[in-house]
Amino acid sequence: MSDLQRTIEAVWRIESARIVASLAKMTGDLGQAEDLAQEALVDALNQWPEASVPHNAAAWLTAVAKRKAIDGWRRKERLDQRYRAIAHALAESTQDDWQPIDDDVVRLVFTACHPVLSREVQVTLTLRVVAGLTTQEIARLLLLPVTTVQQRIVRAKKTLSAAQVPFETPEPNEWGARLSAVLGVVYLLFTEGYAATSGERWIRTELANEALRLGRVLAGLLPHEPEVHGLVALMELQASRFAARVAADGTPILLTNQNRAEWDHMQIQRGRAALQRADRLGRGRGNYVLQAAIAECHTIAPSVEETDWEQIVLLYETLGRLAPNPVVELNRAVAVSMASGPAAALTIVDQLSTQGELHSSHLLPSVRGELLAQLGRLDEARSELMRAASMAGNAREGEVLRAKAAAL
Amino acid sequence: MKYMLIMRDTQEAFEASQKVDFEEIINAMGAYNESLAKAGVLAGVEGLAPASEGFVVDFASEPPIVTDGPYGETHELFNGFWILEVSSKEEAIEWASRAPLGPGSKLEVRRIPTAEEAFADYADNEYVKKSRPSDAS
Repeated sequence: MSDLQRTIEAVWRIESARIVASLAKMTGDLGQAEDLAQEALVDALNQWPEASVPHNAAAWLTAVAKRKAIDGWRRKERLDQRYRAIAHALAESTQDDWQPIDDDVVRLVFTACHPVLSREVQVTLTLRVVAGLTTQEIARLLLLPVTTVQQRIVRAKKTLSAAQVPFETPEPNEWGARLSAVLGVVYLLFTEGYAATSGERWIRTELANEALRLGRVLAGLLPHEPEVHGLVALMELQASRFAARVAADGTPILLTNQNRAEWDHMQIQRGRAALQRADRLGRGRGNYVLQAAIAECHTIAPSVEETDWEQIVLLYETLGRLAPNPVVELNRAVAVSMASGPAAALTIVDQLSTQGELHSSHLLPSVRGELLAQLGRLDEARSELMRAASMAGNAREGEVLRAKAAAL
Repeated sequence: MKYMLIMRDTQEAFEASQKVDFEEIINAMGAYNESLAKAGVLAGVEGLAPASEGFVVDFASEPPIVTDGPYGETHELFNGFWILEVSSKEEAIEWASRAPLGPGSKLEVRRIPTAEEAFADYADNEYVKKSRPSDAS
């Protein structure tokens, strides 16, 4: 890749969301806007080498793309009154008039995560138009073949166009659900990156960083939404433990054994600041804010023993009331065992067992085994841990559980 | 990848900046920092108090000598820094070029490696091992 190409890519990375957003605002069609912007980018690669990168590259790209849109309309002979007016206004405008508007980028985010698109397509399109990544980069980060990513993007554009999805922000009555879809896309990217397996660890950290970057962009666009800050806080606080979380040989290190000096303290500060921003909005704590608050409890504790487990129990209770979920309940049980001992926790776990929602997960018998061991009921503990080991999807995790059972 | 943008100003630039309405500087820097934050790349930013109130600890002798005031004879004082989390060196260059600075100011841009990368060749070192525990017991 030439230096110029790399420079253009860097400019694209910084400006593409705003360029595509302002084009989509004009054409009303996100797919077409993205195509136009890509064509302008090709022009830039061909034309800039002699003239070098113009001072305001984003305005240049936008102006070229807009001219292409006008030419396209003219070719299609769709110069009815309406288009003539737009075309005239655009032809008059100069590059200097270009003033990107945050609202357009907000529309871009919501359109890329529109409910007519499947979650995997939302994820791909968001990386493409909001993060400004190339098809190749997306394929590398999502561990997918390039053709799959291309197909998804084509499908996304067709679907949006066929459904005549307007380039608009959601109505107030759908705002909540639509916002949580957007946050869900970003958090999915983050957790995919966070759930690292050894071989792909490096790339996956990049994916998590990408999600963080998207989260921070959202926080800039929607500063009055506590859940956006909550998501950023959660990601920053979880990511602060990245380095300490896996040993050199790829073995995962449990929170208990992590070297807390190795946590990224600058990142912790950023996470806590984001959590404070969420709380300062004074609109209560949602799902992400609560999870961030739990992460904060772990992060600020000097050790596992000195962690404020009572507070964590309370936060899990609130989280469970907000959106009942067996995994949250199981986490609450673990926190209860730390705060009040294994007996109280076992009651919760046994209740969960009778509900049967987690029957296929190794987490339930693994926690139950731990609690039984702490209570000195060693035979039952052993059999629960062995059962958990046989259910674990990950070979390494299975080994750890078997070793635990054998050590009892 | 992380980059540190180290702001270095000549004494002349520093004095010139003191003649400009400070609010103008705040506005220009504020807008720049906001653009970094909105792009999701700002990982840290600090400005430093004047070098005249700083001090230098020189280890030329034992015990080290502490001198009040700026570092050495340098004409380029270290006045602040940004830490950016970007995807390429070119992106770091692009952002650095957009800083609202004028003649007399320079940005030294340095990459911050991950701990893993920085000590890759010293995996057996006692302190490196201590910072990367390998037993998950």
